[in-house]
Amino acid sequence: MLKNVSQTISDIGVMSQRDIRRYFRLPQLLITNIILNVVLLLLFNYVFGGAIQTGGVDYIQYFLPGFLVQSVVFGSTQTSVGISEDLSKGLIDRFRSLPMARSAFLSGRVVADTLRYLILVALMIAVGYAAGFRFQGGFFAAFAGVWLIILFGIALTWVGVLIGISVKDAETAQVAGFVWVFPLVFASSLYVPIETMPSWLQAFANVNPVTPMVDTIRALSWGTSVSSYLWKILVWDLGIILVCLPLALRKYRLLAQ
Amino acid sequence: MDRAISVIAQSNSQDTCPNAFIEVASVAKTFGKVRALAGVNLEVEPGIVFALLGPNGSGKTTLVKILTTLLRPDTGTARVGGFDVTEQAREVRNVIGLAGQYPAVDENLTGRENLEMIGRLYHLGRGRAWDRAEELLDNFDLSEAANRRAKTYSGGMRRRLDLAAALVASPPILFLDEPTTGLDPRSRLNLWEIIKDQAKQCNSVFLTTQSLEEADRLADYIAIIDNGTIIQQGTSQELKDCCGGETHVKMRLADRTQMQKAFDALRAIAPENMYQNPEMGEISFPAPDGTAVLSTVVRSLDAVGVELAELSLKEPTLDDVFLAITGHVAEEGPDTDTNMESGSG
Repeated sequence: MLKNVSQTISDIGVMSQRDIRRYFRLPQLLITNIILNVVLLLLFNYVFGGAIQTGGVDYIQYFLPGFLVQSVVFGSTQTSVGISEDLSKGLIDRFRSLPMARSAFLSGRVVADTLRYLILVALMIAVGYAAGFRFQGGFFAAFAGVWLIILFGIALTWVGVLIGISVKDAETAQVAGFVWVFPLVFASSLYVPIETMPSWLQAFANVNPVTPMVDTIRALSWGTSVSSYLWKILVWDLGIILVCLPLALRKYRLLAQ
Repeated sequence: MDRAISVIAQSNSQDTCPNAFIEVASVAKTFGKVRALAGVNLEVEPGIVFALLGPNGSGKTTLVKILTTLLRPDTGTARVGGFDVTEQAREVRNVIGLAGQYPAVDENLTGRENLEMIGRLYHLGRGRAWDRAEELLDNFDLSEAANRRAKTYSGGMRRRLDLAAALVASPPILFLDEPTTGLDPRSRLNLWEIIKDQAKQCNSVFLTTQSLEEADRLADYIAIIDNGTIIQQGTSQELKDCCGGETHVKMRLADRTQMQKAFDALRAIAPENMYQNPEMGEISFPAPDGTAVLSTVVRSLDAVGVELAELSLKEPTLDDVFLAITGHVAEEGPDTDTNMESGSG
C-alpha cells in the first residue's frame, strides 16, 4: 500500500517533469505567454487606465487582481492542447502500456501547470508592483491571494484536461478552449464593474466563477473583507474538480473501448 | 498458472523461459459496425519469434492493442505472461514492451531523457534508469545523438529510439507492430538482428507484418490472419508443406533432343505429375523428400547417358501459401481499412 502510494507520487513526478521540460523548450508556450501577459498588463494600465471609471481607485489597483486571474484562466486552454497532442501523436499508447499509475498521465500535467501558474502569477505581481500596485492587506493576504488564484487555476486545468481528452486533436482543443474562456473572462467583474452591463448579462456575470474569484483577490489586495466572496469561489473550485476530475479519469479509462 | 507449467513442460528446449507465453481464446472486437476481430484463438510458446501475418485491415493492430492492454476485447480472454489482459492489466504491463506502428517518442525530450523517463515509469529507480538508458543508446547506435532532442532525429533514428524504449525494462515479451514498415533495407536488416537476439535471450517477440519475406526470415511460428480470423498457423515449413504446394525438383538438359530418353529414365523415380517443356529442355516433378532426390536424378540420367545443364530444388514460398489460403496476395490488402487498424476506437 505504502509502496503503491510512493510509486504513484513518483509516476506523477516523472510525468510532470516531462511537461515542465516541454514548457521550457517550446518558447511559444511559456515565454510568449509571459511576454504577452506582461505587455497586455502594461498596455491596459497606461492606455485604458485614464479612461475607465473605477470609483476613485487607481486603475492598476482595480485591474491587476483581475489580470492575475485572467492569466490562469487563459493558461488552462494550453492544458487541453498538450493533452490532445499526446493523444493524437500516439504517445499515449506508449504511456498506457507502461505499469505506471493510471492517473499519472493526467495529474502529471496538472502538477506541471500549477508550477506554470505560479511562475506566471509571481512575475505579474512583480510587474504590477513596478507599475504602482500594492497588496494593501499585507503579506498574509497576498500569500493567500496567490494560492487562491493557483487553486482556481488547478480547478480550471481539470476542465482543460477534460476538453483535451475529449477532442483528441490540438487545433480543435485550441478553439474549444477559447469558446468557454472568453465569456468567462469578459462577462465578469474582471475588466469593468458589473453594474455597467445590461441586466441579462449581469445575471450571468453574477454566477460566473471568475466574478467571486476577482472580487476575492481585490478584497485581499485592498485589505477589505472577503467574507461575501471567498466561500463562493471555494465552492466553485471544489465543484469544478469534483465534476471534471472523475469525468476525465473515466474518459482516460474509456480509451480502451 | 497450471497452464503455464504444462506449456513450458511441452517445450523442453525453452524451459529457462518462464511465463513468457501468450494465450488468446475467442477474442472478438468490434468498432462501430466494423468487426476487427472475429474470434481469435492463439497460443504462443515462450522464447520464440512469433509473426502475425496479414494484409492491412486484417485485425493485426487490434490484436496487438488487446494483448498490450490498450484495448479491451468485447468477448473472449487473453493471457500474457500468465496474466489476464483485462483483470491484471498492471501485471501484464510489467512484463511487456511495446513498439507501436508509429514511433512513440517525446520530440521535446532528448533521446536519453526519453529512455530515462520510460525507465522511471517502469520503476527501475533513478540510477538504474540512467544506466539502462546509457546501455540502450549505445546498443542502438544513438550515443552521439543522446543529448539531442528527438525532434531532430531521422525516421530511422526515431524507430531505433522507439524500439529501445520498448526494451528499457528488458521485458520477457516484446510486441512489435509492423516494426520494419518504412525502414530502409539496411535498417531493416539491423532490426532483424535485434529481434533474433531477443529470442536468443529467451524473450518472446510477437510481431506483426505484411511482409511474407519478413515472417519467413524471422519467425519460428507464423499465424496468418485475414478479416479478423486466424486462417492458418504453423512454422514457416509447416505452412509451406500444408498449403503452398510442394518442393519441386527442376532440371534443364544440356541437349534438348534427349528429352524422351530422360523422361523415360525418370519415370521410375517420379511416377506422377511429371512436367516437361520440350522447347526449353526442362523437366520438373514434386520432390517431397527434398535434397535426397537430387543424387537419384543424377544417377538415373547418368546411367542412360543424359547430360544436365542445370539441376535445382524449388521451395514453395509463403507467397504461394498466402495466395492458396486467402485467395488474394498479401501486399495488396485493401488500403481503405487502415483507419480501422490505426484508430483508437
